[in-house]
Amino acid sequence: MNKTWNNRAWFMVLPVLMLVAFNAIIPLMTVVNYSVQETFGNNLFFFEGVKWYQEVLNSPRFHAALFRQFAFTGLILLIEIPLGVAVALAMPRSGPWVSVCLVLMALPLLIPWNVVGAMWNIFALPDIGLLGYGINALGIEYNFTRQPGAAWFTVVLMDVWHWTSLVVLLAYAGLRSIPDAYYQAARIDSASAWSVFRYIQLPKMRRVLTIAVLLRFMDSFMVYTEPFVLTGGGPGNATTFLSIDLVKAALGEFNLGIAAAMSIIYFLMTLLVCWVFYTLMTRGEEQ
Amino acid sequence: MASIELDHIRHSYGARPKSPSDYALKEVHYTFADGGAYALLGPSGCGKTTLLNIISGLLQPSEGRLLFDGRDVTHLATEARNIAQVFQFPVVYDTMTVFDNLAFPLRNRGVAESEVRRRVHEIIDMIDLGALADSKAQRLTADSKQKIALGRGLVRSDVNAILFDEPLTVIDPHMKWMLRSQLKHLHRRVGFTMIYVTHDQTEALTFADRVVVMYEGEIVQIGTPEELFERPRHTFVGYFIGSPGMNLLPVEVEGRVARLDGLAIDLPAAVAIPPGARAELGIRPEFVRVGREGFPATITKIEDVGRHRIVRATLGGREIAAIVPEDAEIPSDPRVSFEPRGINVYADSWRVETEAGL
Repeated sequence: MNKTWNNRAWFMVLPVLMLVAFNAIIPLMTVVNYSVQETFGNNLFFFEGVKWYQEVLNSPRFHAALFRQFAFTGLILLIEIPLGVAVALAMPRSGPWVSVCLVLMALPLLIPWNVVGAMWNIFALPDIGLLGYGINALGIEYNFTRQPGAAWFTVVLMDVWHWTSLVVLLAYAGLRSIPDAYYQAARIDSASAWSVFRYIQLPKMRRVLTIAVLLRFMDSFMVYTEPFVLTGGGPGNATTFLSIDLVKAALGEFNLGIAAAMSIIYFLMTLLVCWVFYTLMTRGEEQ
Repeated sequence: MASIELDHIRHSYGARPKSPSDYALKEVHYTFADGGAYALLGPSGCGKTTLLNIISGLLQPSEGRLLFDGRDVTHLATEARNIAQVFQFPVVYDTMTVFDNLAFPLRNRGVAESEVRRRVHEIIDMIDLGALADSKAQRLTADSKQKIALGRGLVRSDVNAILFDEPLTVIDPHMKWMLRSQLKHLHRRVGFTMIYVTHDQTEALTFADRVVVMYEGEIVQIGTPEELFERPRHTFVGYFIGSPGMNLLPVEVEGRVARLDGLAIDLPAAVAIPPGARAELGIRPEFVRVGREGFPATITKIEDVGRHRIVRATLGGREIAAIVPEDAEIPSDPRVSFEPRGINVYADSWRVETEAGL
């Protein structure tokens, strides 16, 4: 066998390299660049090393935003995953209603994010919004622009409304892939409904649920548009999540160094949590 | 343990069956005796699995009644019928250990834990998975998984019947033979009613005391392996059982003579063919003699299969197969004759009974 070596073949890779460079590497390196320098007007830069990183990591403001971020992500995962599984279990397994259910489920996913924010903003207004007015009519004082608790309630409810469907669709796909023989065997073995869920459905949904949790984790950890449109991070800083805080630092206060260091830390955190989570969920599966 | 009575059972998967061809299971009326070992044999799509699922209650028959020991269970749920069933593809509970998998049906029925341990240990030794008792079922190979499924079927000591739906499909040949003999042995020992669905004639004939042959949603013959071999009631049974299957020759019957393209074949007894019916003469290759006597034939092929040879020949313009011993001489001018006791006559595919009882 004669192998022909022609190093000019590397030029073929060039277009992809250019593309990746322009849409990923160059922007990322710009941020890295800002994160290690003091930036003044007239393009004056001074190297600062890890100063910005130290500042961000020691800042109470960052800690507070990070805490709110984890609280939000944890809360919506705790609600959306079980709720999604429950809805998927309740959906019909066959018949004409399957498509109706699927379309209904897919609807919230098709709405642009800022529209979701705007919709819920109006929906939850205490004087003219159906939700806000309704809650107040029940005798509960509710105003998401003034009460931090009400703001949290609305932000979480909005996310659950918007994204539970994704979990439902994934879980439903997992359920549908279980062969009938499993359910038949369970009936022969006199398994209770709980046993069927615990020993057949849940194990078979494990893979899709891993994907659901990962997607929902990443999306909610980076959430920006919907809470920004709904509450703008308020009242006060009550719903200022990491991304909102980041934009405030970068574009509101023009702290480029701080914002860049925050971005890098944010990015590494997301990456780390996803990796740890994926490793845990798939551990012992491939043997 | 119970006898299972199928009282005029019919089943259609469609909502409103009109013609007989809409039925996946045409009328079945039969009683499986208590403690019998039965095989349901037939090609794919003949209704075997449908019949099995009706017995276990996974399907409700469209018409007819099902009785266990005379008690009507047609509308009883699967759980209440106390039936064990093993499916074609291995069903195991992935997250449980092998031991817990086997214990599952017992624990669900509230059997005392000491009894559970005793039963499971007995079964786990039988299926030879003792070493793996504490490992997760998920990591096992397909045939080990199927052994677990078999074990779950056998673990309950009080079942009315055990149903097997082609359980050995995924098991390798050596293991197949071993498990089959273990099942047979187990049947002799505990005497459960066992119904075994298969499309493999060897499996059916070695496992069962009585074989139920099904074809296109109907039972075409029920009998011992010998009866199926010697007196197939339907040409399908002749063709399906045996290797190669029965030779079928279109003939015209006049009293004790069958005519095939100018050849006159003597029948062991006179048979009466209903007017207009299509008559066929059936003879198994085991009863066809090749030698110097009989009708002249042309040999097209000789296959050596080890213990004997299969001779393919043309007789009166028809293909015919014969089994001859390994050492038998085949003359250069071969002639073919039929052993009278192996001759069956069929009218429209169903065997014509003769007065002689043959």
